Amino acid sequence: MTMIVLGSPLAIADESAPIVSVRNLRVAFDTPHGAVEAVRGISFDIAREKVGIVGESGSGKSMTGRAILRLTPPKARVSAERLDLHGQDLRALDERAMRLVRGRRMSMILQDPRYSLNPVVRVGEQIAEAYLVHRRVSRAEARDKARAMLETVRIRHPDRVYELYPHEVSGGMGQRVMIAMMLIAEPEFLIADEPTSALDVTVRLQVLAILDDLVQSRGLGLMFISHDLNLVATFCDRVLIMYAGRIVETCPAAELRRARHGYTRGLLESLPRIDKRRDRLPVLERDPAWRDAPAVSPREG
Amino acid sequence: MPLIDIRDLRVSFGEGVGAIRAVDAVSITIEEGEVYGLVGESGCGKSTLLRALAGLNPNWSGAMTVAGQILGPRRSTAQYKLMQMVFQDPYGSLHPRHTIDGLLAEPLAIHAIGESDRRIVEALDRVGLDASFRFRYPHQLSGGQRQRVAIARALIVEPRVLLLDEPTSALDVSIQAEVLNLLDDLRRSQKLTYLFVSHDLAVVTHMCRRIGVMRAGRLLEEMTVDALLAGGTTHPYTRHLYRASAGYDRRLADTAEVLDDSDEEIA
Repeated sequence: MTMIVLGSPLAIADESAPIVSVRNLRVAFDTPHGAVEAVRGISFDIAREKVGIVGESGSGKSMTGRAILRLTPPKARVSAERLDLHGQDLRALDERAMRLVRGRRMSMILQDPRYSLNPVVRVGEQIAEAYLVHRRVSRAEARDKARAMLETVRIRHPDRVYELYPHEVSGGMGQRVMIAMMLIAEPEFLIADEPTSALDVTVRLQVLAILDDLVQSRGLGLMFISHDLNLVATFCDRVLIMYAGRIVETCPAAELRRARHGYTRGLLESLPRIDKRRDRLPVLERDPAWRDAPAVSPREG
Repeated sequence: MPLIDIRDLRVSFGEGVGAIRAVDAVSITIEEGEVYGLVGESGCGKSTLLRALAGLNPNWSGAMTVAGQILGPRRSTAQYKLMQMVFQDPYGSLHPRHTIDGLLAEPLAIHAIGESDRRIVEALDRVGLDASFRFRYPHQLSGGQRQRVAIARALIVEPRVLLLDEPTSALDVSIQAEVLNLLDDLRRSQKLTYLFVSHDLAVVTHMCRRIGVMRAGRLLEEMTVDALLAGGTTHPYTRHLYRASAGYDRRLADTAEVLDDSDEEIA
């Protein structure tokens, strides 16, 4: 394998070159009782692939996604040795430049479309607006593009759905509208924070299939934040497991069920399973040593 | 004689042509000590059925009998005491300005049950919380601890039936395991009967011996968990739920379109 210098044109052309590269990312909050670190020095690369980030609430997985987009709360202190998008140093950008990256080159899908959509604007117009903000196009062009996006996310009657208000669409359709809105500017990197947790299983499968296709066809990098181990194991290419603000283990998604770390094993064991019935579910015993375990190398797995 | 006997239960919202039949002629019987699982996706009517049974919605028709008592649209305090409910969201179901002590004292006052001091300490102990939790507020507790308080509140009036509406779906998996184990212990020690509503087939098959699958207000089919695991389901929808619960499956995602045709388009 040839060495690739980050930031060179070669890096963009290469399939396995990282789209996003993060080294020693930290997010801390000052409290009256001293600083609390939500993310404690994590490093990882994401290329054209689906990378799952799993962990329980409070493990820092959502804060990691927000830190990449610089969407952390104002009180958060974010630091990193490297925070690159296709070799470009995101730390060096001012807020104005960051606005051109956010939405245009990287975007984020949140858990519940009901809270992310504007309730008084037709869904089609919201999608078109996302395009108008980032491209010099006419309203008519944006409208056509928004309609085409609705088709891309497999909405059967895009003309009719374009005119609907958010309260008139179901959860699954609302989430497809969100995906359309986030992808209309053709970003290189997408962060999906529990994108299907509010959806029923059958609808969930369809939304995932759409994301899957988009990663394949557009060469998108996907960071998939989830607490659902089964879903991540079956949907993603690679998994990072977070505990107390650190990545404690990484592995190919297909091998998640053979994970070695005590925390990952404990999580897997505590899941009720259809194919393996037990009288009692093993309860996760937390080892204090997990908190202070050395950082996992970004290149593993 | 079954402990819970629901016959031809119907619940509608709205009137005339625009009326939505949220529960449509559902009949279920549950034996004493049983855990009956009700599964289905959002909008299938499972929570509506639970609310009608709990007495939270008086507008239903059909017949419901619990522990030999015929339930009408209006209930006596003693009838309310028979069944208690545990809700999905422990963040929403506990009053934020009441202490745990106040939350647990309220049902005792409503049902005129004495010795509240002793009962509150016992109730907390039963769900694995020590007496130090008594004078805290809900925001000082974790999600799992709050759900334990919600269970303690339901049990403090000594009901015979717990109606569990997605009791662990807001919790992390490690906490879910603790709460499911607790529910299992309590059912044995307090001789309880559960009606367990969930969208998660893995949780339901873990907790229950028998399940009913609901879709669009109707009870599609009932079966034992053993039959489900042995592939005994005949209904394509149940089979689909079963396969979908294993995680992401590309082939299944492509066939899913056929199943949810027009009703998915508009909520």
